[in-house]
Amino acid sequence: MSEFRNILGETIDRLLADHVTKEIVQKAEEGVWPKKLWSALEENGLTRLMAGEEQGGAGGSWGDALVILRAQGRYAAPVPLAETMVAAWLLSQAGLDVPDGPLTLLTGVTLGKEGTLSGTATHVPWGHNAVLGVALVPGPDGALHVVAVPLAGLKMGLEENIAREPRDTIIFEGHAVTSAPCDLTEGMETWGALMRSGLMAGGLDYLLNQSVEYANDRKQFGKPIGKFQAVQQQLAVLATQAAAAGAIAGHACERVGEADDPGFEVAVAKTRIDEAVNMSTSIAHQVHGAIGFTYEHGLHLVTRRLWSWRAEYGSGRSWAARLGRQAIERGADNLWTDVTAR
Amino acid sequence: MQTFRFDPCRLPPEAEALRGEVRAFLSDALTDIPPVIRAQTWSGYDPEFSKKLGAKGWIGMTWPKKYGGHERSALERYVMLEEMLAAGAPVGAHWIGDRQSGQLLLRFGTEEQRQLILPKAAKGELLFCIGMSEPDSGSDLAAARTKAEKTDGGWTVNGTKLWTSNAHNAHYMIALFRTSLDPDNRHAGLTQFLVDMKTPGITIRPIKDLTGNAHFNEVVFEDVFVPDNMMVGEEGNGWTQVTAELAFERSGPERYLSSFLLLTELIRELGRTGDTSADAEIGRLVAHLVTLRQMSVSIAGLLEAGENPIQEASVVKDLGALFEQELPVKAHELAGVEPMLGTGSDYAQVLGFLTQASVSFSLRGGTREILRGIIARGLGLR
Ligand SMILES: Cc1cc2nc3c(=O)[nH]c(=O)nc-3n(C[C@H](O)[C@H](O)[C@H](O)COP(=O)(O)OP(=O)(O)OC[C@H]3O[C@@H](n4cnc5c(N)ncnc54)[C@H](O)[C@@H]3O)c2cc1C
Repeated sequence: MSEFRNILGETIDRLLADHVTKEIVQKAEEGVWPKKLWSALEENGLTRLMAGEEQGGAGGSWGDALVILRAQGRYAAPVPLAETMVAAWLLSQAGLDVPDGPLTLLTGVTLGKEGTLSGTATHVPWGHNAVLGVALVPGPDGALHVVAVPLAGLKMGLEENIAREPRDTIIFEGHAVTSAPCDLTEGMETWGALMRSGLMAGGLDYLLNQSVEYANDRKQFGKPIGKFQAVQQQLAVLATQAAAAGAIAGHACERVGEADDPGFEVAVAKTRIDEAVNMSTSIAHQVHGAIGFTYEHGLHLVTRRLWSWRAEYGSGRSWAARLGRQAIERGADNLWTDVTAR
Repeated sequence: MQTFRFDPCRLPPEAEALRGEVRAFLSDALTDIPPVIRAQTWSGYDPEFSKKLGAKGWIGMTWPKKYGGHERSALERYVMLEEMLAAGAPVGAHWIGDRQSGQLLLRFGTEEQRQLILPKAAKGELLFCIGMSEPDSGSDLAAARTKAEKTDGGWTVNGTKLWTSNAHNAHYMIALFRTSLDPDNRHAGLTQFLVDMKTPGITIRPIKDLTGNAHFNEVVFEDVFVPDNMMVGEEGNGWTQVTAELAFERSGPERYLSSFLLLTELIRELGRTGDTSADAEIGRLVAHLVTLRQMSVSIAGLLEAGENPIQEASVVKDLGALFEQELPVKAHELAGVEPMLGTGSDYAQVLGFLTQASVSFSLRGGTREILRGIIARGLGLR
């Protein structure tokens, strides 16, 4: 790993370790915005990691961003850090300004000829906390356009997902917006899925650490449950799943910037990581017994996020269907060439 | 806890250049070999093919030139291996020597042993088998009982090795024998030897497996003399050495890529019938394939960096076997073709072979449970 990523990793780790306590996350779940955490992230420039240098950012790549995403996933940091990073990246792709404050991502909207936005954006992460919503939609010229729309003062349906994170509904009826074309070939679904994949890889790191630690502490039948082979074998499976998720998240983030078809990398990552989440969340809870089922214990802060994230920007199965169709259409004899071209 | 390292690893240009060369060679060399034979990949025995690879410089690629090697990188070797496996090249004859026996001799062997063995092995002319398992020593390798007793100028060996792949074709066995017994330390007193398979007193009995092939054997040693200079490494250091050998044995791409042909044939079949209901299942298998490959490439990167990725290799072997055992199940569910022996479509025959063979993938080279035990140790649970 590069020196820059090492520093980035240490910075985010220290910052989240200081600010993301169980109390903060639980308060956030009751709707309290973690102001100190957010300012610390902004002050350290982390929200602008992926913004272009012209936009006052660090011009970081997806590979750099993964360091942050994994950390956020690991700590269950209850802020739109991932969304803000990605929104800032999208704005920069189109040469648009990146404002301070939390940003969010919009899907389900269309850009009209007169530069107006219409449609119902559902499941908008932290919609009512965000200063700006960013969409990535085809413009009249057919190219993808990045759309920026200030959200302050808009009426919203306030909703939350099972992570108890805001997922608001906003209806746009011909709002005037700023927009500009960009060179991206994949839409929001793809970048959102990659963002969630990185977060999930981090969440899985946490499940593994936490479950191993618990298995070493918790005693039954006179010894730590981690000494029972049945438990060890389950934790080994969890470890293999977390490893696979981390590996493919790393690969996808490393390659999307240069691949002709970044949708392929993301489809692979989202498909594989969803499956890792399915298996790992159940193992982690099994190992924790009843205590892990309580609200008091912190395990669910991550597992509920994992269950939410896997459902966003296309389930693993829907991405798999895209991948499978492509493989069948490309034909048996191209499969290996396609796989090794990565 | 940072146990597993699967950082993205980029294959260098020279490795990609080699890929083109290997593909061109294979597209020519494999034309007459039917899919059902290619499905055997690294258990397919074809000594003439091995010699061709030797002549190409594709055996012992990373070994020093003075021993007939080619001093290429672990990443170049990786690319060559994955191309062989994906194409279903019959690489079984020299596979073991290239993968582990040669490496072991480089690490622990004497100069004399290296000079004697490696140049011929790199030409694909000298083939190896692995003498670890015994009737009462499977997963519990330290229970090995085959005994080597000191005698004038060497050792006298008595006992039985079991499941020895290719013993009937191999020129040498790297064998683990018991040279002393310490009831308090089972891992002590084990020693590795280089055994010439033509030595009097060795009886090799083929064992037919459930696919009908007789690819592994029982090897009985009756007062077999092994000279002193054929001891590998130090007396009593066998456990440490065999552990290193197993790391070589488990770290290659064959642990997820020994039945790739079934996936391509399945995709061909679905393309032919125009069935789209299987898209998501195929995509899922592709996602697993790509993920396993990236993990395997990262392991090659660790090997190139001189690291010992024992944990990572166990992870990929476990996941790889799960993937490869799921393939025939999915192929059965999705294509509705009956697995056949000897007749029927290529697809039916490949499915026929791999449906039967794949149960062994989580046994050979260390069982699933043993690998998970290693992973659990890496996690600090044992
Ligand atoms: C096709 C094939 C080729 C082979 N080639 C070779 C070769 O060339 N050379 C060689 O030396 N060997 C070879 N082997 C042998 C292979 O290494 C052994 O099969 C393997 O180590 C398992 O030993 P076993 O078969 O005696 O099973 P056992 O060790 O008896 O295991 C039976 C079952 O019990 C489980 N088990 C055993 N111990 C434990 C434990 N402590 N905890 C939990 N579960 C446990 C195992 O996981 C397995 O599921 C080959 C095997 C096969 C199938």
